[in-house]
Amino acid sequence: MEQYEKMYLYQRIVKAKLFIDHHYAAPLDLDNISGQAYFSKYHFIRLFKSAYGKTPSNYLLQVRIDNAKMLLAKGLSVLDASMSVGFDSPTSFAGAFKKIVGVAPSVYQRKQVEKQKIIKENPLRYVPHCFVETHGLSK
Amino acid sequence: MISKITHTCIYVLNQDSAYDFYVNKLGFKVHTDAPMGEGARWLTVTPPDQPELEITLFLVAEGPLFDGETVKTMTTLIKKGTFGAAVFTCKDLLATYEELKAKGVVFKKPPTKEFYGYEALFVDDSGNWFSLAQLA
Repeated sequence: MEQYEKMYLYQRIVKAKLFIDHHYAAPLDLDNISGQAYFSKYHFIRLFKSAYGKTPSNYLLQVRIDNAKMLLAKGLSVLDASMSVGFDSPTSFAGAFKKIVGVAPSVYQRKQVEKQKIIKENPLRYVPHCFVETHGLSK
Repeated sequence: MISKITHTCIYVLNQDSAYDFYVNKLGFKVHTDAPMGEGARWLTVTPPDQPELEITLFLVAEGPLFDGETVKTMTTLIKKGTFGAAVFTCKDLLATYEELKAKGVVFKKPPTKEFYGYEALFVDDSGNWFSLAQLA
């Protein structure tokens, strides 16, 4: 019985995590995230952190930044990327991005664009030679 | 002295489907996704907390490396579940198990207590087997 209760608990936490994964671009707050898992806010924060090592707010921030990285790599402007992942202002986005990624969004984007250019011009540059030789990629 | 492993390879039967499995279901990050010409594609992903380890999702297809006979044999072996490809670890196995199950990942063994912690077994979209462990 205890095992089933534990599984049910985990299913509710996972439901909340998946809710963040799917709705990160919307204006979420802890109340509507914890509501997804049918928990009180503080109980929810404690259980979520124990399962994922981050508070729901920090996890939401990480998901938003991860998705912004993908959009920036695809060439979206910093403003559009920040709005697309749920930030209210490009300033708060730039601050959070630099804190988590270590560089400003524009610097990250420039590096990614350069990488894509190199890949396009010379894709083998990113492939270790053991794979090039054994997998026939040089032919 | 060898210090680290930076690249490893998992043979897959379809790279689009493998991308979906490893990125959208397991939550891995794409490191490099580069077209190599003539249908070849260099696709590597990294575990979320291990960005320095690139896992190459290498397509089993007829070409310079594999002849038709080899592709047939490898496809059969991968589909049969012959290859145990890796052990992944997570902070909380029950939470990860429930999440991956909800995303449609097929488990061959639910979380079970072992002497080294807890372990579950799942297969990828090609048929490669993996351990998913929460180490004690």
